[in-house]
Amino acid sequence: MLALGQDEIAKYPFLADAGQYLKDKGFTLEQFGVDPDLKELILKAYERIQVAADGKIYKSDLIDNQVSKEAALPREVFSFLLAIVLLKLSGMHTLIKRFSLAEARRAEKYLEKDLANISDESKNQLAVRVIDDLFSVKVEKQDDYFTIPVSDYLKHSINFHEREWKLINRHVENGNVLLSPHETVRLIRKELGTYINSKIVNAKTPTMIPGFEDSVNKLVLLSKKFKTFTVTTGEYPPCVKHALEILEKGENLPHSGRFMLATFLLSKGQTVQQIAPLFKNAPDYNARVTLYQLNHLAGTSGSGTQYSCPSCEKLKTQSLCFATSECNNIINPLQFGKKKQ
Amino acid sequence: MNENNLKFLEESFKKYYFEHSELILVPERSSEREFGFQKFNSGMTRHISIKDDKELHLLCMQNTPSDVYCSNAYYTFPNLPMNEKDWKEADLIFDIDAKDLNLSCRENHTISICNDCNEISKNHVKCLKCNSIKLEKKSLPCKNCINSSKIEVTKLSEILINDFKINKENIHVYFSGNEGFHVYVYNSQFQQIGSRERSDLVDYIMFNGAIPETFGMKKFKPNRSSFPDFGKSGWQERFSKQIFGSKSKRSKIISELLANGYSSFQKTLDDLSNSIGVKIDPNVTMDIHRIFRMPGSINSKSGLTKIFCKDLSKFDPYNDASYIADDSVEVIANCPMEFKLKNKKFGPYTNEKITIPRFAAVYMICKKLATLA
Repeated sequence: MLALGQDEIAKYPFLADAGQYLKDKGFTLEQFGVDPDLKELILKAYERIQVAADGKIYKSDLIDNQVSKEAALPREVFSFLLAIVLLKLSGMHTLIKRFSLAEARRAEKYLEKDLANISDESKNQLAVRVIDDLFSVKVEKQDDYFTIPVSDYLKHSINFHEREWKLINRHVENGNVLLSPHETVRLIRKELGTYINSKIVNAKTPTMIPGFEDSVNKLVLLSKKFKTFTVTTGEYPPCVKHALEILEKGENLPHSGRFMLATFLLSKGQTVQQIAPLFKNAPDYNARVTLYQLNHLAGTSGSGTQYSCPSCEKLKTQSLCFATSECNNIINPLQFGKKKQ
Repeated sequence: MNENNLKFLEESFKKYYFEHSELILVPERSSEREFGFQKFNSGMTRHISIKDDKELHLLCMQNTPSDVYCSNAYYTFPNLPMNEKDWKEADLIFDIDAKDLNLSCRENHTISICNDCNEISKNHVKCLKCNSIKLEKKSLPCKNCINSSKIEVTKLSEILINDFKINKENIHVYFSGNEGFHVYVYNSQFQQIGSRERSDLVDYIMFNGAIPETFGMKKFKPNRSSFPDFGKSGWQERFSKQIFGSKSKRSKIISELLANGYSSFQKTLDDLSNSIGVKIDPNVTMDIHRIFRMPGSINSKSGLTKIFCKDLSKFDPYNDASYIADDSVEVIANCPMEFKLKNKKFGPYTNEKITIPRFAAVYMICKKLATLA
C-alpha cells in the first residue's frame, strides 16, 4: 500500500483502505445515518453519484490541488466512501460503472497536474508510483515528455479504438513511446476506472443502515433511466458479406476469413450443420475437416472453448475489413445493425 | 499423392534426419515449448514435450515426419491441452513470404494443378482440361522472389533495431524452406505481450493505420513546420526519405502536399504502406500459440531445409538449403519451367521420363510436378 498524505487521500480516495480510514477517524457507518450533522454527508455522497450518472465530473472542494479547509478533507473522503456504501446497498451495476468512470476522470485530472509538476530529481513522486504500482507502466521523464516502454504502452493502448492511439501514430524512440502528461494519464483512464470499479465490486455489501434508505431508494429510481433496448436489422456486416461472396465465387478465402465467418454465424445462433455447406465451393474443401474445425470453434469438440468473432481492429490488420458508413464505428462485426432505443 | 511417391519422400527425409542430426537441434528452454509434427498424408500431432536433441532425433527417426514444428511460446505444461498449458511468454516471430509481396515475376513461375483432374497448367483461373476452378497453386520461387524477401527482412531488422532497440544478436533469420524467411526475436521487451498487442505492433511495422496528423497534416489550418524532417527517428525519418527524397526538395513537396489537401494526404499514407511498410504475414506474428516450423527440419512443400542464415546477403536457398542426397532417381516429370538446385539446371519437362539426382526429384515431387517412374 502506498503511504498517502492528507491531500493525496482527498485526490485519490480510492487508494485508501475505506474501513480503516473510518476507524482511524473514530466513526462508524451507523453514526452517519443518525447524527444530523453527519447525515448531510450522505446527501453529498448521493450528489456525487448523481453527478457521475449524468456523465459529469464531481467538483470537489480542493482548490489549487490542495485541501481548502481543515474540514474539507474528511468531507471529501467520507462522501466518496459513503457513495460506495450507497452503491453497494442499491446493487445497481450501471451506476457503479458510471461512478467508477467519473471518479477515474476526476483522479485523472489530479494525476495529470501532479505529473506535469514532476521535476527530474523526484522520480519517486506519488503520481509516477501510482501509475507503476497499479498499472505496471514504467514512466520516466525525458525533457517535456514522459517515456514508456513500447510493450507497456501497447498493453493499455489496445483498449482504445481511436486511431491516434495506434503505435504507428506515436513517437517511438529507443524502444519507448513518448507521451505528454495528459496522454500518459489518458492512457490508463480505462484501467483506473476498472480499478475503482473492482474495488467497489469487491467491497462487502453491508446490511441496510437506518437513515440510508431514502438515498438508496433514490438511486434505484435513478438507475432506471439508463436501461436501454436494442433492435437489430438482421443484415450482415460488409466483412461477412464479402467473405460469403468470395466463397460463393469459389475463390480462396484465407483461414482468418473463414474463422471470422464461422465465429460470426455461430454467435448469431446458426448451427455447425447450417454453416458447413457454405465452404463447399472452397478450392480445398474437405467435408470432414470443415466439420471438425466448425465443431472446434463452436466448442462442441476439443477443449470446449467457444471462439468469439474477431474485433474490427483485428480484421483490419488481416485485410478482411470492408467497412461502410453503415458500420457506424462499431468495434466488432456482431454489433452491426444494432440500434439503441 | 500415391503410395510410391510418399514412400520415396519418407525414405529421403529419413535419410536426411539420420545423416544431418547436427542441424536438428532443440531451441533454448526446449522443455517449456510445445512440439508437433505431421506425417505424410496425415493430420497434425501436437502438444508434445521434448527435452533435448536426443529426444528430438528419436522423434524424427521413429515417425519420419513430413514436417516438424515447435512453439515460439513457453508454457508451464507444454504437453497438456491448450487451455491447461499455462502460457508464460512467447518469442516474437515474423514470417516474410515471397507470395505476399505482389511481385510481377510470380506469374512466370506459378503453376496451377487441378484438384479434380491433376492437369498442370499456367492458367490460374480454371483448369483448361475439365473447367474446374479448384486449382492448387505451386510456385518455384525465382531469384527476384528471394532477393525481394531479403529486402523485407532487412527493412524489418532496421525497425527492430532502431525503433525498438532490440539487440542485433537477438534477431535470428532463417530461410523458411520454401519461399521466404522466418525472423525470430529473443529476449525482447515484447516476450510477454499478448495477441492484441502484437497485432498493433504488426500494424506499426507494416505502416498500417497512419493518420495525417501524425505526419504533420491537419484538417484545418495546416502548418508547414509540423511536417517531418530529416534527422528524426522512426517513421518520421523513413517518411522524409521516401516522400521528400532530399532536404532540398522538402519545402517544395510540402507545398504540394498542402495544396492537395487532407484526404489526398491520407491516400499518400495508405500507399506508403505498400512501399515502405514491411510485408510480413500479420497472422503469424499475432498468434501466440502457434507451432512454427523447426529450424533444421525439412519443409515438405519443397524438400528444402529450414536453415539459419549466417549472412543473409550471400544466402542462396537453392545451394545452401538443399541437403537431400544426390544418388540418381528415375521420375516422370511434368514441370513446365526451369529451376536450379545445387548449381545444376533442371527442366522444363513435359511428361517425360528422366533420371535426375534425388534432391531434384524430391523437390519436384514435393511440388507435385513429378512422380516416381
